[in-house]
Amino acid sequence: MSVKIGVLALQGAVSEHVHALECSGAQVSLVKDVDDLEGLHGLVLPGGESTMMRRMMDRYGLFEAVRQFSERKPVFGTCAGLILMAKKIEGRKGPHLALLDIDVKRNAFGRQVDSFEAVLSIKGVSENYTGVFIRAPYIKSAAENVDVLATFEEHIVACRQGRFLACAFHPELTDNPALHRYFVQMVNEYS
Amino acid sequence: MVALKGTDRVKRGMAEMQKGGVIMDVVNAEQAKIAEEAGATAVMALERVPSDIRKAGGVARMADPTIVEQVQNAVSIPVMAKARIGHIVEARVLEAMKVDYIDESEVLTPADDVFHIDKKAYTVPFVCGCRDLGEAARRIGEGAAMLRTKGEPGTGNIVEAVRHIRLVNSQVRKVVAMSSDELMVFAKELGAPYEILLQIKEAGRLPVVNFAAGGVATPADAALMMELGADGVFVGSGIFKSENPSKFARSIVEATTYYQDYERIVELSKGLGAPMKGIDMSHLEPSERMQDRGI
Repeated sequence: MSVKIGVLALQGAVSEHVHALECSGAQVSLVKDVDDLEGLHGLVLPGGESTMMRRMMDRYGLFEAVRQFSERKPVFGTCAGLILMAKKIEGRKGPHLALLDIDVKRNAFGRQVDSFEAVLSIKGVSENYTGVFIRAPYIKSAAENVDVLATFEEHIVACRQGRFLACAFHPELTDNPALHRYFVQMVNEYS
Repeated sequence: MVALKGTDRVKRGMAEMQKGGVIMDVVNAEQAKIAEEAGATAVMALERVPSDIRKAGGVARMADPTIVEQVQNAVSIPVMAKARIGHIVEARVLEAMKVDYIDESEVLTPADDVFHIDKKAYTVPFVCGCRDLGEAARRIGEGAAMLRTKGEPGTGNIVEAVRHIRLVNSQVRKVVAMSSDELMVFAKELGAPYEILLQIKEAGRLPVVNFAAGGVATPADAALMMELGADGVFVGSGIFKSENPSKFARSIVEATTYYQDYERIVELSKGLGAPMKGIDMSHLEPSERMQDRGI
C-alpha cells in the first residue's frame, strides 16, 4: 500500500510538489481545510509566501489542526514551509508551528535579483543535487539534535529532526525526485 | 560551489511561488501593509492605480523611486514595480533598486511603439501582459518569466480579462492537439516564435505562470479567473478604490484560494460595501484602451 501525503494548498508551488510526490510512489491530495488532513500519513508545506500561508491557516482553524497532525506524523517544509516549521525566526515576534529546533533568517540571501541555483551535496540523499534558492531563507543555527543534511557557503540549507524534514531551496522546481523519495521513505517508516 | 543567478529556472520559479495568490497594486507604505496583512503574496508599487491614471491622462511613467523604497521597507513580501513598454532605462533603474519583479506594462504610456525590452539581458524577472497566445509567445521569446492577461486596466470590468484568458487557454489547447507540421503555419498566423509553440506543445502548457489582470473588482471576479485557469490574480484599482479596502483585500485573497467553495464565497461577498465603480467597454474610446498598447 502506498502512503498518502497531503500538500498544503493555500498558495504556492503546489502542483510541482504533487507531481514530485506522485513520481516517488505516494498517493497525493490537496489540503485546504481541516477535514482534508484526515487519513494522511504525511504533509508537505510548499514554497510560497509564509506570511500569507500563516494568515490563511489562522482563519479557518487549519493552523491548530496542522500543529496537532505534526505531533504524530512526518512533515516536510520547503522554503516558506521551513519558515513555518522553525522555532525561531529572525525579526519576528514568535514562531509559527515551532516544530524544528532551528533559528532561521528570512530572505537571507537577499531579494529576487540575488536568487540563484547551485549544486549541493545532501547527506543520505544525493551528492549532486541542484538547489533552486528563491528569496530563500537559511538556518542560522540548529540544536544538537538536528541533523544537518546540506550547507551552502557555510549556511545550513537542509536539515532533519526525527519526523521533520526541511530545506531552504525548492526541490519541487527540479526534475530530481531524490529528496521527495527520501521523504516518502520517512513517511513509510512512521506509518 | 557556484551560484548561478538570473537563470530561467530562478526567474520563472519566483512566479511559481506566487501561484494561487493575489498581487495587489499599492501607492504607499500604508496600503502595502494593509495588502500584506490581508494575505497578498506580493505588492505592485505604483504612483497611481490604473483608474487614477485613466482620470489623470497625460504620460504615465515609472513611479518615483521614493515610493518603491518606502513600500520595500514596509513589507517582507515581494515588491514589484512597473516600467514603460520598451523603456530599457526605467527597467534598469528598477533592477538597481532590487525590486523583485518588473511589470513591463501597458498601463503606463509606452516608451517604444515598436520594440519591447530584451528581458533576457536582465537578472531581475519580468511579467508582461498578453491578450492571445501570439503576444504571450512573443513576450516569452523576449524573456518574460511570467505572464498576465491584459484585461482592460482601471475599469473594474472583468469582460476583457475573461476574453483574454479564454483565448490564450483555447489556443494552448489547440497547439497541444496540433500535428507538428500544422504548428509552423499556426506560428505564422499568430506571429509567434515556432520554438516557443513547440515547447508548449511538448509540455502541454505554457512554460511560465499566467495570472489574470485588469478589471478584477470582487471576490467572485477573482474566483472566476481561477475557474477559467488563471494561476493567480493581480488586483489593481479594485482594492483601494473600494469602500472598505482591508475587507475587500482579505475577501479577494480567500476567494482566490477557495475559488470552488461557493458557500464560502457567499460569506466572503456579504456586506463588503461598494466595489469600485467601473466602466462599460462601449464608453471607452479606442484611444483610451490600454490593452492595445505594445502587442
